[in-house]
Amino acid sequence: MVGMKKDDAYRTRLFTRRTALLAGGQLALFGGLIARMYYLQVIESDRYKMLADDNRISLRLLPPPRGRILDRYGEQIAINQLNYRVVVIPEQTGSMPATLDAISEIVPITDFERRRIMREVARKRKFLPVIVKENLSWDEVSRVAVNAPDLPGVMIDVGSSRFYPTGERVAHVIGYVAPPSEADLTGDPLLELPDFRIGRNGVERIYDLALRGRAGSSQIEVNALGRPIRELARQEGQPGADLVLTLDLNLQTFAAERLAKEESAAAVLMDVLTGEVLVLASSPSFDPNEFNKGISGATWRELIGNDRSPLTDKAIGGQYAPGSTFKPVVAMAALENGVVTPEFRVSCPGHYELGNAKFHCWKKGGHGSVDMVDAIKGSCDVYFYEVARRVGIDRIAEMAKRFGLGHTLGVDLPGERAGLIPTRAWKMATTGVAWQTGENLVAGIGQGYVLATPLQLAVMCARIANGGYAVMPRLARDRIEGSQLGQRPAETFPAMGISQNNLAVVARGMRGVVNDPRGTAFRARIMDPSMAMAGKSGTSQVRRITEEERRNGLRKPEQIPWKERDNALFIAFAPVDNPRYACAVIVEHGIGGSAVAAPIVRDILVQAQKRERENLPPAQHYAAAPTPPRTTETR
Amino acid sequence: MRTAFAASRRGLSALEKLRQVNIGLIVLIGVVSSIGFVTLYSAAGGSWDPWASRQMIRFCVGIVLMLAVAVVDQRFWFRIAYALYFGAFVLLVVVDVAGAIGMGAQRWLDVGGIIQIQPSELMKIALILTLARYFHGLTLQEIGNPLYLLWPTFLVMAPAALVAKQPDLGSAILLVLMGAVMFFLAGVRWWKFALVGGAGAAIVPVAWRFLREYQKQRIKTFWEPETDPLGSGYHIIQSKIALGSGGIWGKGYLQGTQSHLQFLPERQTDFIFTMFAEEWGFVGCLALIGLYTLILLYGISISLRSRSQFGRLTGMGVVAAFYIYASINMAMVMGVLPVVGEPLPLVSYGGTSMMSLLIAFGLLINVYVHRDQFIGRWGSGTEN
Repeated sequence: MVGMKKDDAYRTRLFTRRTALLAGGQLALFGGLIARMYYLQVIESDRYKMLADDNRISLRLLPPPRGRILDRYGEQIAINQLNYRVVVIPEQTGSMPATLDAISEIVPITDFERRRIMREVARKRKFLPVIVKENLSWDEVSRVAVNAPDLPGVMIDVGSSRFYPTGERVAHVIGYVAPPSEADLTGDPLLELPDFRIGRNGVERIYDLALRGRAGSSQIEVNALGRPIRELARQEGQPGADLVLTLDLNLQTFAAERLAKEESAAAVLMDVLTGEVLVLASSPSFDPNEFNKGISGATWRELIGNDRSPLTDKAIGGQYAPGSTFKPVVAMAALENGVVTPEFRVSCPGHYELGNAKFHCWKKGGHGSVDMVDAIKGSCDVYFYEVARRVGIDRIAEMAKRFGLGHTLGVDLPGERAGLIPTRAWKMATTGVAWQTGENLVAGIGQGYVLATPLQLAVMCARIANGGYAVMPRLARDRIEGSQLGQRPAETFPAMGISQNNLAVVARGMRGVVNDPRGTAFRARIMDPSMAMAGKSGTSQVRRITEEERRNGLRKPEQIPWKERDNALFIAFAPVDNPRYACAVIVEHGIGGSAVAAPIVRDILVQAQKRERENLPPAQHYAAAPTPPRTTETR
Repeated sequence: MRTAFAASRRGLSALEKLRQVNIGLIVLIGVVSSIGFVTLYSAAGGSWDPWASRQMIRFCVGIVLMLAVAVVDQRFWFRIAYALYFGAFVLLVVVDVAGAIGMGAQRWLDVGGIIQIQPSELMKIALILTLARYFHGLTLQEIGNPLYLLWPTFLVMAPAALVAKQPDLGSAILLVLMGAVMFFLAGVRWWKFALVGGAGAAIVPVAWRFLREYQKQRIKTFWEPETDPLGSGYHIIQSKIALGSGGIWGKGYLQGTQSHLQFLPERQTDFIFTMFAEEWGFVGCLALIGLYTLILLYGISISLRSRSQFGRLTGMGVVAAFYIYASINMAMVMGVLPVVGEPLPLVSYGGTSMMSLLIAFGLLINVYVHRDQFIGRWGSGTEN
């Protein structure tokens, strides 16, 4: 018992010693844990705080509303329309197919759409809304809203979509917007938003960046499943800037409707002093709203397959032989180079012989003896054959370029084409064949290689009208003006260094074209002398007329297939005494420049001047401010 | 038939014993448990449901059980130690068999669908008592004899193996570590631990083959959590982010982003410490560890004051279990140890762990109440 007690005492001491050891070890371990905690919570805390924020904060972009596009008076050309759509949050519905069935009784859902919806439902996380149908009518919206209480997970959502109230009238100028393609993605997350649209054509494309604005952002706290919990911070973006165009929507509409009577045509009306383009129309047109919604395959194929090429802006992208509308340039080349004087006369028997070749005048009997003014007035081909032969192509080309032909003019639109003004060197380089004298003659009446766009012809006409200043066309305006026209004087453009006397000769000829009974377009004259215009008609062959055809007698135009008929052109400026407007019209295969194109020009010019007089206060002066920056260089 | 309470006839009455209970320890337990309630309230996103309220009910039931355990005569526990162990062992075998039939993890035993018994929890208490009783009866000479250690080693390893097979790696580790502590305190020589430790290390490659795939995965991702950030390593990474982002002062109560936004897995059970640390920061963690340390020191001092080896070993067994729970859980969520699934004692949500811990604390208080009771080598004894 004593031994036992002794043993017990020793055992107790051993226990106490070992307990102390153990306690020491335990406390040391706790100390280690505290040290670890200190490391995580104090030393490395910032890093983990950042990681925690990365976990929970999701940055959402708030797409900025796209800037509107307005005409010079503030009329709306492109606006953002509320787009009402039905969305479904799959997790809130009892059954997705049943919900779709219920919705389809209110708004029709095609099988195709149904497959797309179900695909999206399968792909997306269940609490993210899926768009069932867009662009609902107000009627449909209210029907869905009324039924919504019985349809859990179904709701009306409001997005924003581009809308062009005057769609077809301005289609080629505004272009359209579309979802960005892979190639457009620059890394800007804005572009990856499902609803985002970028300008695809027209000014929508050229001024895309300015119209886009800057995205705002919203910091949203999300949980581990990505479900939004609350908004932590919000940074408002900047809405896209409104774009004011130089167009006059009223005139544009008038011109577009006037052109729509023809098969295929284009018109440009510009201010000869400021270069502001008031009308830029191409017909037939298309509805750009179709593109915004996502164009259907059938509509697309129809647009592409149409031989009147509705998608091409013929005013800037159509290249035509200018025909006789080119003659003022030839005249200027001859006068400026001193090759002929205004009094130089040529006798026109109806044809012109050069070596073995015979060149015909449009007037079978000939014009008789004509001087420069008469030749322009009557559009005498023989006179210009002779003049062109004397001047030679290179000097004609040099003058044509000064008047804005043969190169792009930098108007704020994509798809502008350069036309073509041939030179000897150009022909040698392109075809390897030397320039022939006879080709001077052909070029002298704006045929052969010579090509120009309606915009170029309008600019050429404007440069004649404004006294020889190299006015440049433009579509973007600085701001909306209550006044009629900007007062930027032509002097802000460089003078072309052309004799006013020579210009006056050509202008006199052009005045005679419409106002002299012997003029080619006398029937299209403007009766009100204060509005009177001066112009030049042109009828350019699309294909060569063979000698055989000429001998057998020319066919009646109606017998020729549409595609082979002559193009009808007319350029004019008005009013004659103090020119303000220059206009160019082409009617593709319209046959007669003076008969078909001239009346259209007349109507547009009359409308423009009427509008100026009747509705608007006198012009106010304004200082030119810089135009908005361009998005892309078009060339 | 003498009842357990009748055993105290010659000494203090149950009421007198109740006055003896260690109020300070109970207050500490209450404070730590309250931290648990408050944290569970936050874990549920600021709601008493579903966790905090139930945990409080369990706590109340547990405290009553704890006091009952505390006032029962110590020799009653001495006497039923082996029977309790035997019963727990049988139940472990039963759930093993039932699990084999029912497929998958089986830790619970349903009695009539009302009472759920988790035999591994029962075994933890039974093992403390059994080892305490066994070593109580051994002289130092006998402890020095390796043959006398074979039997208790079996007593530890057999249930540990069964529990590991359930699979409940956390409980198995607890049983082994707790056993080791009691062996150590009983006076087993250092070199024997070294020998067993060496042998254990040799067995590791073999044991590895018996681990379930998900257990292997847990241990593998512990070593390299970043290799699988969205898979198995996700829990550890998210836990470290939550802890670290708490900083010194924490994000504030109910403000823990990681836990409330569900980045944190199991935030009411195994990862509750992370949740607490995120909201209360380093300072809160220090306070909690401080409370744990106080309980630890309290338990040690109670154990040291007991006159019987049985009391001392029982007390230290409870202290060891408590400490192992706390340290493994914290080390686990801090990314120091693999996620083996140990609860944070008194704080983690869970009925059985709360219950068994309070019962174990009941034993500790029992040791305090009966600190002066002498227990003979074979269980006889008088009080003085």
